[in-house]
This record gives sequence, structure tokens and C-alpha cells, in this order.
Amino acid sequence: MTIAIDKPTTIPAVTQAAPEVKRLTGSRIMCEALKNEGVEIMWGYPGGAIMPFYDALPEYDMHHVLVRHEQAGAHAADGYARATGKVGVCIGTSGPGATNLVTGLATAYMDSAPVVALTGQVARAFIGHDSFQETDIVGITLPVTKHSFLVNSAAELGDVMHEAFHIARSGRPGPVLVDVPKDVMLEEADYTSAVRPEQPPHGGQGDYDRAGALIDRARKPLILAGHGVILAEAYDELRSFAERTGIPVIATLLGLSCIPESHPLYLGWPGMHGPAHINRAIDEADLIVAVGMRFDDRITGKLETWAPNARFVHIDIDPAEINKNVKVDVGIVADAKDGLASLAASSSPADHTEWIETIRSRARPEGPPGDAQGITPYDVLGAIKHGTGGEARLVTDVGQHQMWAARFYGYDKRNSHITSGGLGTMGFALPAAMGVKAAFPGEPVWAVAGDGGIQMNIQELATLAQEGLEIKIAVLNNGYLGMVRQWQQFFHNRNYSETRITGPDYEKLCPAYGLQGRTVTRKEDVQAAVDWAMSTPGSVILDFRIAQEANVYPMIPSGGSVATMIEESEVVG
Amino acid sequence: METGRTLVVLVRDNPGVLTRVAGLFRRRNYNIESLVVGHSETPGVSRMTVVVAGGAPEVDQVAKQLRKLIEVLEVRDVSEGSPLLREMALIRVAADGAQRTEVTELAKLFGAKVIDVSHGSITLEMTGSEMKVDSLVRLVSKFRVIEMVRSGRIAMARDTQERDNTVALSA
Ligand SMILES: Cc1ncc(C[n+]2csc(CCOP(=O)(O)OP(=O)(O)O)c2C)c(N)n1
Repeated sequence: MTIAIDKPTTIPAVTQAAPEVKRLTGSRIMCEALKNEGVEIMWGYPGGAIMPFYDALPEYDMHHVLVRHEQAGAHAADGYARATGKVGVCIGTSGPGATNLVTGLATAYMDSAPVVALTGQVARAFIGHDSFQETDIVGITLPVTKHSFLVNSAAELGDVMHEAFHIARSGRPGPVLVDVPKDVMLEEADYTSAVRPEQPPHGGQGDYDRAGALIDRARKPLILAGHGVILAEAYDELRSFAERTGIPVIATLLGLSCIPESHPLYLGWPGMHGPAHINRAIDEADLIVAVGMRFDDRITGKLETWAPNARFVHIDIDPAEINKNVKVDVGIVADAKDGLASLAASSSPADHTEWIETIRSRARPEGPPGDAQGITPYDVLGAIKHGTGGEARLVTDVGQHQMWAARFYGYDKRNSHITSGGLGTMGFALPAAMGVKAAFPGEPVWAVAGDGGIQMNIQELATLAQEGLEIKIAVLNNGYLGMVRQWQQFFHNRNYSETRITGPDYEKLCPAYGLQGRTVTRKEDVQAAVDWAMSTPGSVILDFRIAQEANVYPMIPSGGSVATMIEESEVVG
Repeated sequence: METGRTLVVLVRDNPGVLTRVAGLFRRRNYNIESLVVGHSETPGVSRMTVVVAGGAPEVDQVAKQLRKLIEVLEVRDVSEGSPLLREMALIRVAADGAQRTEVTELAKLFGAKVIDVSHGSITLEMTGSEMKVDSLVRLVSKFRVIEMVRSGRIAMARDTQERDNTVALSA
């Protein structure tokens, strides 16, 4: 068996216009390349090894945001990339500056976000000598980047920069690291712009025909849409495909807002904390058309018992995702936009109203139990939705509030839900929201975090103030590392080991940063607080005190199935 | 039949490319039986032969993940169609006097060469299928094997005339 696929060679670059050759220092080559790649904004933090770059930067018309921690810079670049589809750029110096980027790069890698990280490195002659602030950042980031470069000379720097951007955004996007020794930044070399166009793959017609046949035959089909739909901006194609075939849509956590939740064909999201009726629908489905998603274990639980009656059509831009977790009947390597359009052309109009109604009839009303006391997450998310008229982009952290925000908001606006799904990085929301806000300065951006996670990058309040950025932060404060506490409650007999957590008084903390904050303790004040935040200039924290032991229901325990699902009514006390 | 499936992997001859390939195997928990790297017919392109334990679906995953590495130019599973598989071994056996003749006889039977003889030992060079190398090793181990090195499998598909063997590599 020969399975050769000739990969396009990655160097050299294709340039459209007659290339202009410029003689520049390495640091100016970096800046020129950024400029030619269309970079308008970047997030970084200077230091010894990257000083030549910072010396050249002011000559170029690009905005640099001085973050308060390189991790936040990487998350901001990631947030910007997810919001725009463009490459986000972050910068750090050698050694600790570079290692501080790692969590951010790993987060972007798991969620396929196009990011380029530039790091300074000690001068070439010092490499390998355990020099001051030397670290093998290429080695450290190997498993969490799509690719990485240690630049050997200024002569190759220009091509490497453009290559890095190309790799970051082509195919399945991901982070790329470019590590530049200090003396390479000072060396002169010729530079020509070499921005490369992208060519998404297109699946074979035969596969679309076979997929079309499966779709036409299916009686209980589901579309399972993932992040790939958003990355490919395949909103219209998804909608047209669903409307043509009448197939209802469920979305993964990262796929949320790829189709309006109010669309009649949209059902909800599946997985560990998805509503029970969605997981039951998967149980019954006879066909799953999965697009731009990777059958993560938080969706499937135990693979052997997941979707036992279904056949599978899987469209993904990454060939390695086909048959990785779920064995599929038809696998198509294509970008979601192209793939969905071709799939629609290969399938016939149909009506699945009865199937949809069956699924919907089992839905329970979303929301807290009627006897819930005090502020519930449902109240907070409802108030944000109401206060912003659904125009907000929500950036969520990791934990219970993340699940509540995914469940209770109702995302109608395209790409209005951004979260760290794959890595589940606490501390993501605030800095990523900075990137989202930079991309859409005229739109409301809300960060929703727990009282644990907000403290993981709280230093960025200073960045918000210095930049005059307007981000509204909702803390769902339960006094616990809530999601871990919930697991302790369910699976460790309420042994709340090290999950009780305190934090600052946000109402007092905010003024220290030149911002404003409010504590909200009463249900009837929730909407007023949100409205106040909206009308207050600058960034604001709303500290919502919610029930300490509120839980996310239902829950399919890790590695379980619908049969092992825990529902609210089953949990006593 | 040799065990495991055989992948031929063409990679850019860049520093660190072996780390990337090895790191991928470790990270994804792939079970590698052997990995051999050397030059290919194209300057700037190295050729790896990787023997992977597991069935076709697992090896298919390995191949796909390998292709995602930017410096990997091509991955071929050459397990089917009776590929040309060879391994080389150097085996130093404790032998003197009569034993030396016995070892030399064995070597002759296997087409192995005697490449070094000293007072108390004799060193054989054996090239062949892994099974043949295994058999020779088994037979000579009745003497004391002082030292042994095996290269691991190298492979080439049989010439089907269809394939264009040149890999486009631009500098
Ligand atoms: C950096 C990091 N450390 C630890 C975890 C493990 N973890 C997942 S959820 C969670 C609790 C989060 O608590 P909080 O931020 O208060 O949010 P809540 O669950 O209460 O909404 C923890 C500790 C993580 N996801 N990320």
C-alpha cells in the first residue's frame, strides 16, 4: 500500500508583485515582515535579548500592547486570532519571557488558533553555554506548536517570518514560534516581502457523492458542527446545508455561535455537560455529519458506547483527524466552507421535522430550579444578553461558569463565544478578551470568569487601564474552585480538599487600577448592575455572589455515557 | 515475514528534525521498533525507515501525524508488496582455535563476512533480513557474544516503475 501524499514544499515563497529588495537589520526585517503580513497590533513584553526588535518597532506604524505577563500576551494574541481569523502576534524575550508564553501557545495549539510568537534568544555564540536567560524555547514548545524556528542568520529571517505566518494560518491553523538570537537582529541582510497565498484542500467528488447518498438515506441525522466552521467562516454554508437537507444542528463547545441558537434547526450542544436530550439524540441518530470537529472525549465520553446507531460523515481540514477517534464511513479532507458547499450540492432536500420534534419534546426548560435562592448564573447570563441586546462577544474562563455561559446565553451572533476548550486554561478569559476587544473596538466584549480563574491573570487590569480598553468582566463568585468542588461532591464524597478560595474585594481592587467595580449580592440588582457596567466608561468588574454549591447539570462522568448521566433530580443534598 | 509495519519517511535535513519525529512518537505513545536515518538520493533530504508495531489503522494514524510535521516531505507505508528489507549486524564472538573455524563455517552458511579476528574473538558482519540476522545470532550465541550492534531495518519498495522518486526540494 502506498499512502504517499506529496506535501507542497514550504520554501521558497511565492510573491505576486515584483519583489523589492531592501538591505535591513534583522530587527527591521522582523518589523517589515510583520507589516507586510498586515499586522496592526501585537502583545508583548521586552527584555535583554529582544531589545533590538523593540528599538526598531517605533519606526513602524503598528500598535504594541505592553501586557503585564507574557502568558497574557499569548492569550490576547489567541483571542484576537479567534475573533478575526487573522494571525495574532505575541512577543517575549529569551528565557523566562519565552517560557511564560508556553501556556498561551499550548492553549492556541489545542484550539487551532493561528498565532505567531516571536522570542528573543541569546546571541548565537552564547547558545548552548547555559548563558544568562538562555533557554531552549524551540525544544520546550515542540509539542505545543505547529512548527518552530531558531533563526540562524539575518539572511533567512525574512523568509522564516513569512513562512511562520503561512504555517500558522494555512490548513488547520496553529501557533508558530520564531526564536531570533539577539545578534541576528543586529545583523544586516537583504529582505524581500514574501507573503504567501493559501490554498485550502478540496475533497474528492466521489466522497461527496457517497456522503450525499448517506445523507439522503438517513432518517435521524444530525449535523455536529465544530470550531472548523468558525475558522473557515462557513456560517452561510452551514446554514444553507442544514436548511436544504432539513438536518438539525448541534455544535461543539468551540462551535457555539457558528449558527444562531435561535435558528429553528439548532438544537444545542452535546457532551459532558450538554442537555440530556441532545446526548439522547446522539444515542438515537442514524447519521452524524461532523464538520470541523475532532470527537474530543468531552463530547463522546466512552467511544464504544457513543452514537451506537450512527454512521458518520466527517469533514475536516486535518487528514489526521479522520478516523483518529471515531471510525467514519466517509472522511473528507476539506475546509468547512468548501466542504459544506460541496456536500449541499451532493445531497437532496429533505424534511426531518418529526425527528426534530421528537428531540425537542424531551427538552427540559433551561434554567435553575424554581426554588433557587439568590443570584443564579442563569440570571447573570440572561442579564448580559438582555443588556447588550445579544451584541456582546463573550470570552469565558474555565470551570462551572464556562459551562453555564455556554448553556444559558443563547449565542445568535456569529463567533460571539470564545473559550479555551481543548486545554481548558484558567486565566484565559481576561487576556483573551483584550485581544477580542482589539479586534472589535466598537462592540461590547464581556469576560466571564470564576473567582478562581480571574485571579490567574488579574494583573492585566493594569493593561486595560493603560490601554483605555473597555472590557466588562463578570465574576461568578462562589467562593470555590467550583468545577473541582463539584467533582469532589460527586466523586469524592464532598471532600472539599483545597477548593475553598478567597479573593480580593473587587469593588475596592478596581479603583486601585483606575477602574470601577461593584459587588452584586441580590437577584433583583443583577440587571441594573449589568446596565451600569454598560454605561460606565472603561473596564468594569461585576462581582456576582452566587450560591456556593451551585452545580452544572446534567453531567456525564468522564469516560461515561448517556446511561451514566447524573441529573439534578438524582443528587440529594 | 518481518514484524511491524515499515514506513519510509523523507524529511528535510534540518537540525532538530529527528527530535521532532522522535518527540511525536513519544507524545502520541506510538510503539516504535526501530528508526534508521541516513542520506537519501536527494541532497538536503534525509530518509528514515521507521518500523511501527501495530496494525494498519494505527500505522495510518502515525503516517498522518508525521505528515503534519512541516519538515516531513513524504511518508510511505511500504509494508505491502514484499518490500526490500535489510538489516546489518556486527557480531563479536568469543572464539579461539577450533571454535574459530566453527564460527567461520556458520558465517559462510549465512553469507556473513569475517571482518576482524583477534586473539580471543572473531567479528562477523551480516546483512540480510532481520529473520536471517536473528538466526545467525541465535546460532553463534552458543559461543559467548561479547558485543553486538544491529542497524535496525532499512527498506525500499520494489520498483513498480510508476513512482517518480524525486522529491521536489527547493532551497
Ligand atoms: C491553569 C489551570 N489550573 C487548574 C485547572 C483545573 N481546574 C479546572 S476548573 C477549576 C476550577 C475553576 O474555579 P473558578 O475559576 O472559581 O470557576 P468555577 O468553576 O467556580 O466557575 C480548576 C481548578 C485548570 N483548568 N487550569
